[in-house]
Amino acid sequence: MRFLLVEDNQQLAAAVLDRLALDGHVVDHAGDLGMAEDYISATDYDLILLDIMLPDGDGRDFLNAQRARGKDTPVIVLTARSEVSDRVGALDMGADDYIPKPFDFAELEARCRAVLRRRTGTATNVKRFGNVAFNALEGTLTNGDRVIPLRNRELRLLEVFFGAPGQIIPKPKLVDRLFSYDEDVSENAIEVYVGRLRKKLEGSDVSIVTVRGLGYRLAVP
Amino acid sequence: MWPFHAPGSIRLRLTLQLLTGAAVMALVLFLIVYSFARQIGAESQDRILSASATSILDATTVQSGNISVDIPYSAFTMLDNSVDDRVFYRITQDGEGLTGYDDLPSARQDQGTGPAFDTVTYRGEELRIATLTRRVSVGGTPTRIDVTVGQTRDAQADVLARILRMTVLLGFGFFAASALLAILAGRSTAASLSRLAESVSRRGPQDLRPVVAEVPSEMRPLVASLNSLIARLSAALTRTEDFIAEAAHRVRTPLATVRAHGENTLRRVSKEENRVSLREMIRAIDESSRAAGQLLDHAMVSLRADQLELSPVALRPLVADLVDRLRPVAELKDMDLRFEASEEQEVMGDTILIQNAVRNLLDNAIKYAPPETPIDVALTRDEATATLTIRDQGIGFPATGADALTGRFARGENATGVIGSGLGLTIADEVARAHGGTLTIANTEGGPGACVRLSLPLR
Repeated sequence: MRFLLVEDNQQLAAAVLDRLALDGHVVDHAGDLGMAEDYISATDYDLILLDIMLPDGDGRDFLNAQRARGKDTPVIVLTARSEVSDRVGALDMGADDYIPKPFDFAELEARCRAVLRRRTGTATNVKRFGNVAFNALEGTLTNGDRVIPLRNRELRLLEVFFGAPGQIIPKPKLVDRLFSYDEDVSENAIEVYVGRLRKKLEGSDVSIVTVRGLGYRLAVP
Repeated sequence: MWPFHAPGSIRLRLTLQLLTGAAVMALVLFLIVYSFARQIGAESQDRILSASATSILDATTVQSGNISVDIPYSAFTMLDNSVDDRVFYRITQDGEGLTGYDDLPSARQDQGTGPAFDTVTYRGEELRIATLTRRVSVGGTPTRIDVTVGQTRDAQADVLARILRMTVLLGFGFFAASALLAILAGRSTAASLSRLAESVSRRGPQDLRPVVAEVPSEMRPLVASLNSLIARLSAALTRTEDFIAEAAHRVRTPLATVRAHGENTLRRVSKEENRVSLREMIRAIDESSRAAGQLLDHAMVSLRADQLELSPVALRPLVADLVDRLRPVAELKDMDLRFEASEEQEVMGDTILIQNAVRNLLDNAIKYAPPETPIDVALTRDEATATLTIRDQGIGFPATGADALTGRFARGENATGVIGSGLGLTIADEVARAHGGTLTIANTEGGPGACVRLSLPLR
């Protein structure tokens, strides 16, 4: 997916770019509203992450101008201000959602997914292996001709597996993706979710294989 | 000396001053009219008595050395009136009584010939008497003739009493009219003041436009200084708001940077001890950013609750919106956020405050309940209250002292390990109180989990 990040803080922008790239997204970074204008006139983005306080103006004015021009690229506002006072303004001006800084990447992903689901429907980003299709946006797994709904953690787990088919994924990495930082979980908790996914993948061309002592691997045809 | 000095009511002061003035004026008016009437009454009686005496004297002739008096009828008819005033007379020749009442005193004490008047008590009655003197020659001898006419004063007293009544009425009428005018003057003076006060007090706490009320010129300096105060207050508030926004920005942006880098690094390291430290770091960041956010929210809630600006708030869309907004967060823990509302419920309140309270309660439920459990949000109503009930299946509140949790920075003893500032319930409780509602926290009866109720009076 293609993101535009409008954020004037270089260090934060670097970290967000790093993270989104790790997840396999393409991200452009604009340090101010002028650059952001240049980027969106040249490229179509799936989603814009927009900071509010920018050196050359207020992000909400930019958003307002975009909407007035009929551009409806989904926008998630990143705000460092107090949640209550900003909420009204940002959503009223046509933002699809907003997330206060500092944010949890898992929450940001969840919000992006929710916004994209609302805005673009279903057809994009379906990954297929053999008789299995995984639609991350919709949160469904198609096994043969069965369409199986996924819970959020199953969805995120599958995202990791389908993002790196055939590779060994260590358990700690899965823990990071699945659980929030204020939960004290053991790596064994992963087994529960892997077990559920195996059940849903039963009889398909795809399976999750345990690699003893190392982690798991998605075996694809 | 003046009892109505400032401070006090301008209107009362002005009215009382005008009333006192009116009372003094009425009294003076009464005294002038009454004494004038009395004087005119006395003078006219004196003139008639004098005329009567003159006509008697004119009818006194000397005939062949003897004095003869033929008292004309008119001398008494001119003294006649409707009241039973009695008339007395006496004629003397060199002090010797010729005719009339011998014991009637004379008003004359001097040797002159003009009319002399006196008021005497005669036969137990007050009498006004007039004495007129003439010198005649009787057989070559100069002789002095005195005519004294007296009349009781009943008729005059009667007239005076009538005049007194009228004057008293006039005085009261004057006073009443002045009093009415005084009250009107007081009211109209106070009205321009209270119009100004009203135009200032009617505004909401957010309204810091200058005052443009029509006021008399004397009050313009007051309005001008009021407006300059408002301008300074507005500038100060804007500065404070900007400062808070700026402060939050300055604190949260670097925290976001650290957190993002921490998360990224965590994805790259595999050594267990590094991973543990990184997780601890991220937790600490979450803790501090949450505390900062809640402190700012709490300050804002306290400020707004102090000067509550009420408008109709539809609860169902408000809660539905917040539930939708928090659903992605709940889904991260595979939690079902279920919302049920029977019908539309409108309360009078501050939208931002109520949103803040509800968000804090939902946040708590999501934070403290275990994954894969449902959270039930229900909006119900009875006659006078709308109640939002949030039920989770988490650890619930500690058995003792659940109510103490609405205190600032209070956290349940079973809440260790969950990131929180201890301000969420405080905020919700303050919002409930400010709206005349209640926040009750308890554990769900017969089951695990907490049950929080926010009740607000219906519009």
